[in-house]
Parts: sequence; C-alpha cells; structure tokens
Amino acid sequence: MTDSMDSHPDFDIEHVAKLARIALTPEERAAFSAQLGDVLGHIALLQEVDVSGVEPTAHAFPMDNVWAEDRANPGLTVGDALRNAPAQRDGMFVVPKVVE
Amino acid sequence: MASEIFHQPLARLAAMLGAGELSSVELMQAVADRCRDVEPRVQAFNSRDEAGALAQAAESDRRRSRGAALGPLDGIPIGIKDVIAVAGQPLTASSRMLEHYVSPYDATVIRKLKEAGAICWGRLNLDEFAMGSSTENSAFKTTSNPWDLSRVPGGSSGGSAAAVAAGEAVAALGSDTGGSIRQPSALCNVVGLKPTYGLVSRYGLIAFASSLDQIGPFARTVEDAAILLGTIAGHDPLDSTSFQAEIPDYRGELSRRKGPWKLGIAREYFAEGLDPEVGSAVQAAIDHYRRLGCEIREISLPHTKYAVGAYYIIATAECSSNLARYDGVRYGHRSAAAGDTVDLYFKTRAEGFGPEVKRRVILGTYVLSSGYHDAYYLRAQKVRTLIRRDFLEAYRDVDAILTPTAPTPAFKKGEKSADPLAMYLNDIYTIGVNLAGLPGISVPCGFTRSGLPMGLQLIGQPFREAELLAIARAYEAGHDWSGRHPSP
Repeated sequence: MTDSMDSHPDFDIEHVAKLARIALTPEERAAFSAQLGDVLGHIALLQEVDVSGVEPTAHAFPMDNVWAEDRANPGLTVGDALRNAPAQRDGMFVVPKVVE
Repeated sequence: MASEIFHQPLARLAAMLGAGELSSVELMQAVADRCRDVEPRVQAFNSRDEAGALAQAAESDRRRSRGAALGPLDGIPIGIKDVIAVAGQPLTASSRMLEHYVSPYDATVIRKLKEAGAICWGRLNLDEFAMGSSTENSAFKTTSNPWDLSRVPGGSSGGSAAAVAAGEAVAALGSDTGGSIRQPSALCNVVGLKPTYGLVSRYGLIAFASSLDQIGPFARTVEDAAILLGTIAGHDPLDSTSFQAEIPDYRGELSRRKGPWKLGIAREYFAEGLDPEVGSAVQAAIDHYRRLGCEIREISLPHTKYAVGAYYIIATAECSSNLARYDGVRYGHRSAAAGDTVDLYFKTRAEGFGPEVKRRVILGTYVLSSGYHDAYYLRAQKVRTLIRRDFLEAYRDVDAILTPTAPTPAFKKGEKSADPLAMYLNDIYTIGVNLAGLPGISVPCGFTRSGLPMGLQLIGQPFREAELLAIARAYEAGHDWSGRHPSP
C-alpha cells in the first residue's frame, strides 16, 4: 500500500458510492478508498500508451445489428415473473410510495 | 483409487454405460456417495438435489434399455456453476442478493445439456457474481482446493474445478470473464476451456461483464471437454452476441488433426512474478511439443503489461451497469429498513452485496462517470484494440500461443484477500484472452515438489477450437497428470 491515494485526489468515494446507489459504512469507505487507490495506481499505467488514431473495441468481434422477426413468442407468465418478487399484490410488484 | 468410478473420464463412463457395464443410477449414486464423503472438507457445492438427480439417472437408464440413449452425455452428472440458470433450481451467484432466488427458466446451455440427457448435478460455489480469483468472495462458504485443503481452488469457478478434481461431478460448466475457468482448472489439475466469445450462448448466464463473459466446460480430459463443447456451442437467437459459426465434430476432429503445429512463446508471459516451478513445467511442455516436431517461435505481445489495467476498467464498467438491476424491486434481496424508493436501493445494495462486488461496482461507476469516461473507459477500450491486434499479429506466424495459465500454484486461503490488486495480478496470463475474445484452454502440466498442480495454457485463433483441442490433446497424450487424484 503506497501513497497512490495521493495520485487520485479526484476519487471521492462518497460521491461515487452515491452514484452507484450503495450505502457504505465509514469502515468500508476507508478500506475501499485505500484499496481502490492501489488499483487506480496500477491503472494509471495506461496513460503511457499511445492511443492516437486507435479505434475503441467494445466487442471482440464487431457485429451488425441483429434483427429478430416481429413475432410474439411464449415468455414468462405473470406468475413466473412474480415468483421471486420481494413484495407483490394483484399481479404487480409493490414498491415504497414514489409520489406524494 | 484410479479405478474408482467417480474419478473416471466422461468418455470412459459413456462407453461403460453404452456397454451395459454400468448404469446411470450406479454412477449417480457413486458420485453422490463421494460427495457425502468429501464435501464437508471440499465445500464445492452451494446446494444439490440428490433425489432429483437419481430420478433423472433412472430415466436415463430406461431410455438406454429401450435403445433410445441420447449420446455420450446421457445419464452423466454434470455440475453447474451457480451463475447459470436451471429451471426450478436455486440460482444464487453465491450472493446474499440472490440467496432465495429460483430460476424461472433454463439457460440455453442447460437446455442443450438436458436434450443430450445429461443430469444437471448441483449448484457449484463461486466468488460472488463471479468476481474473484479464489472463491473466497462467496457469501456462503469458502471452497477448499482438494489437493491441499488450506489452499484456494482458484476462482471464480472454484466450486466447478474442485468438484471435478475431487470426484464430486464427472464434469462441470463454469463461466470465464478474465480467467475464471482456466485459472481454477490449473490450480486443481483439471482441463478448462474458455471458448471464443460468441461461440456459446450467454442466455441464462448471470451477467458480470457482457463483452467478456463466456460459458465453458471443466473436464478430466481434453476429449471430455470436446464432447461438452460440441453439446453447448452454437448460434442462439436469444443471445444477440452469439455467432453464426459452423460447429465441427470437436471430438472426431481430435484424432484427425495431428500437427505438427507452429507454437508461439510470448516473452512477456515469462517475466517477473512467474513461479520457477511453473516456469520449468511449462518449459518441459515446450520441449514436449518440440519433440513432436512442432516449430516453436518466440513472439511478442507488447501490450501485455496493460491488460490487467484495461480489464479492470472495462470489466468493472460493465459490471456496474449490469448489476444496476439488483435494486430490491423485482427479485432478490430487499432491505426491510428502507423508507422511500431511493433509500430502498441504497440499503438493499448495501445489505445484498459483499465487499468485492461493492468495490467493483464503485470502480466501474467511477470510470464511467462524467469527466472520467474518456480518460478511463474510452482509453481502456482503445488499449483493448491494441491488445487484440497483438494477438492477431502473432497468429500470422503461429497456430497457437503457449503460456502458463497462472503465475503460481494455489495460494493459501486468506493470503491475498485483503489486497485486491495482488489478487487481480494473479489473472495476468488469462485476461488478455478475454479482452481479445479468443479461445483458451488450460491443461494439467504437472505438480510442484510439494504436490500442487500446475496448468499449461494454450491460446487459439477465433473459432478454431477444434485445432486448439487437438494441440492440447497432443500434450495430454504424452503425460498422465489427469490420472492422479487428490484425497481430500
């Protein structure tokens, strides 16, 4: 564990965890900051690569659009789809109130 | 020990079943008994349904007795990594998030296994959501390496490798995003194949990093891996990244392809960090191929040292996006402590995910976030292009590339779990293959002086698994590493 944290002053774990919708304990914040600081320190190696004129790769084998026929196929029944729901009522998922 | 039914290769068991020397019920019972014996120490399974498996075995025996056997997999128990959906069975990803989830449908690979008569045997442990290299990130249990119970089996498919090595399943399916099939295979003395990206459907595989994930087999021999690959490969309209490729008879091709081949040795894969015993074992494999008349060429994959960095940007970016679905609404864990909907997301994910998953989701969110996307994610995708180009360049001169699978034999439990970067660097020889979308296979290549298995990796050209398997078989045929079995 080096001073790699210092080389990533922009990495604000509280902000990023909020974007990721994960509540962290103070212990997790401290541990993850240090550990991810190390990882970001290693990742910084990539800055030395000359990538000018290089196209990004999203998939190893570029594929064109894949079209499916516009035809209804059998899918999950409502019962199957709801079987793993943490809360359900009248064939729907139940969530906490969203609007007042 | 070598004569024990539960240690026999799949092809041999299929022949015995076909000749009436063995019934599927006898085989299934022998495997289930073996589990009862060793599973308290190995801990490879999250769950298993012995009664259901025996019923399927009885059905297989009835098919065979009326002359309607479905092929070499009919009646053979195949373990399934707990990240691949089997209808009506638990699907946990070794996460609290999915602890009580039951699959509503079969993954395409499972449908194909069932159509071939295979028995889907148990749910095998893994690092939570397949994120890890030791299976220590499972929320439920730590699997032991059957060769040394104080050591890890590798990961993320550690349960799959340990089960096949310990005689608890004849073969298994796993998934490989950065080495999760090949590395545990090397650490447990089994054969593990990561197919070309797009050869095997990902429909019904819990997504980790969609542009890198592939399902593949764990087996006792190259021939067994060929049988399984032939069963699960092929285009699937339910996976839009699945390729329209001709599927050869991989098993038949094994005996038809005899080389000699041109094999590449990448100097970057024999640099610092490689255990000397692993280095000599791989050198002995190179000498073996040379004796077979193969031409060995030194090649260079100059961007190798950037692969771990590029991988941990791309894989975490994709995982942060894929794991956004675990929000406590439609399935999986839901926090009981939540007030409003947003609070529900925060608390559900805090309670449902373990530390490694949280770290990766956070890192992935960071590299995609406003102001950092170009510096991290876009740059990593460009480096990925260069890594892929390195390989394709090398394949102008060679048929396959030969490397160690992992830099060291199995490490001790707890040794790297507090240091994620050290754990990530353990994947150094396997992740380039995923970034480039290539097929890679790990075959057993000997034991250290202290009795730990080591693996040889062969990296092939896209969609040329038949060639790759034949090259692997040419090494295997001159050695008897898979004839050795652990006594956990």
